[in-house]
Amino acid sequence: MGKLWEQIRQTIAGTQIWKSVFRHGYPDTDANRALVMFSNVILHLHPVRVRRGALKIRFTWCLGGLTFFFFILLAITGVFLMFYYVPDTRRAYNDIKDLGTVIYFGDLFRNLHRWAAHAMVLSVWLHMTRVFFTGSYKPPREFNWVVGVILLVLTLVLSWTGYLLPWDQLALWAVTVGSKMAEATPLIGNAGPFGPELGFTVSNDIAFVLLGGTVVGQSTLLRFYVLHCLALPLVAALFMAVHFWRIRKDGFSGPL
Amino acid sequence: MEAKVATQAGDLKSRIKKAAAENMVPEDTVLVWPNLVYIELISMLFATAVLLFLSLASPAPLEEIASKDTTPNPTKAPWYFLGLQELLVFFDPWLAGVVLPSLIIVGLIAIPYIDYNPRGKGYYSFSERKFAMWGFSFGLALWYILIFIGVWFRGLDWSWYWPWDDWSHHQPASAVKLVDLEVLLQGWLGLSDAPLISIGTYNFSVANLITWAIFFGYYGLGFTIPFLFLRDFYKKLGFIRYNITMFLFLSMVGVPLKMAVRLLADIKYVLITPWFKI
Repeated sequence: MGKLWEQIRQTIAGTQIWKSVFRHGYPDTDANRALVMFSNVILHLHPVRVRRGALKIRFTWCLGGLTFFFFILLAITGVFLMFYYVPDTRRAYNDIKDLGTVIYFGDLFRNLHRWAAHAMVLSVWLHMTRVFFTGSYKPPREFNWVVGVILLVLTLVLSWTGYLLPWDQLALWAVTVGSKMAEATPLIGNAGPFGPELGFTVSNDIAFVLLGGTVVGQSTLLRFYVLHCLALPLVAALFMAVHFWRIRKDGFSGPL
Repeated sequence: MEAKVATQAGDLKSRIKKAAAENMVPEDTVLVWPNLVYIELISMLFATAVLLFLSLASPAPLEEIASKDTTPNPTKAPWYFLGLQELLVFFDPWLAGVVLPSLIIVGLIAIPYIDYNPRGKGYYSFSERKFAMWGFSFGLALWYILIFIGVWFRGLDWSWYWPWDDWSHHQPASAVKLVDLEVLLQGWLGLSDAPLISIGTYNFSVANLITWAIFFGYYGLGFTIPFLFLRDFYKKLGFIRYNITMFLFLSMVGVPLKMAVRLLADIKYVLITPWFKI
């Protein structure tokens, strides 16, 4: 049986189709296992070999990788949710209701999206804490820490913009709390220190730009939707690319 | 000097750890496929299982449709911002919602550039970087404690509720009357509130000037004491790094200090200016 299986494996891995897709044979030899890492665009994020210590989970706790995984999961569930959601204040709330009542697995995808978002915020924080505790931001990795802080901020803003989309009381007022803070921004907020002195009013300050108006309304919903589903994920993906690339360039700090 | 340093137990430990961390002989490496990739796969499957469980056990909430006519009490920001919202009890919105978070971000970005200590890189170590570890853990603890309070101890009117309190009833209005430090000083020292100096339309009383002195005295003393008595610390950091480090550190410590002043002495503002209040 084992032999037959081996035969089937070798045959499949030897076909023109397999070779055209994977650019390497079945990964059961060292040479092919190295080729997997070279020739797969996603696995290519890794080096071919790592020190034995890298297998020690208690150094990284997999936190960076898990954060990235949550991001992927959020993108997949998010795309699914986008099929059923229209950022219109007259129907957004009902679209979310429909997820629970008329759409197969709608609730499951919404719940997964929400929990993955919570998990991502937490894992970003824990990842940063781990990196601090192992001193992994020290030279030559200073800049990658900075990129990480930017990703941390992007994660929080991504999560916050998503908070408004269900258009329920929770969403409206949580975002209202945030917009009150924006109004109080020094220099560029109408209620902040030196804001009025510099000519900022409710209809031209930073909160107005954020909300697309003086209160949380249709323009705000559209802005947050576009930021949440398009602009911020793209920016985050860009910074992630830099983040991962720099890990490879700067090398691992620990036993990895 | 060299011998003295070498005899320190911590240093020896550090060298051993460093040697272990840098022990990258080629024969001690393994192929990423399958060794590391499988660990990643398992952790992803595990995370998916946890998320699926949470999704089924605790579904996403959906309240009434958004309405400007009914303001929920209390209105809470998402949990990860509740630490900042909790700060609103103690600080004005421009400080709690904008300046302090900005300082946190700037401070985090600055960390690798102000931490000169080359030790403790690539392994967990507390003893070799006590100041960095204490400082970071302090900020972290503050962040999580404030979130904890915001999520589990704040109810109607943002009042304090214990888990066993009745959360559907308003807490009795506090008998405590908050006063500004300036007013307290006037009472204690018998100062008049007549202006001593006027700049434009703004007047500064004696008590007000004392509060300016106290506020800047906090930073002044904070900058001066380590400069005078921890010369080694200052010299290693250098002028620019020292000042940035101390500003960020004193601002971070200042947050719970202001909270303590408010809670213990019922002081609302420690510094009042015509443009902002702290």
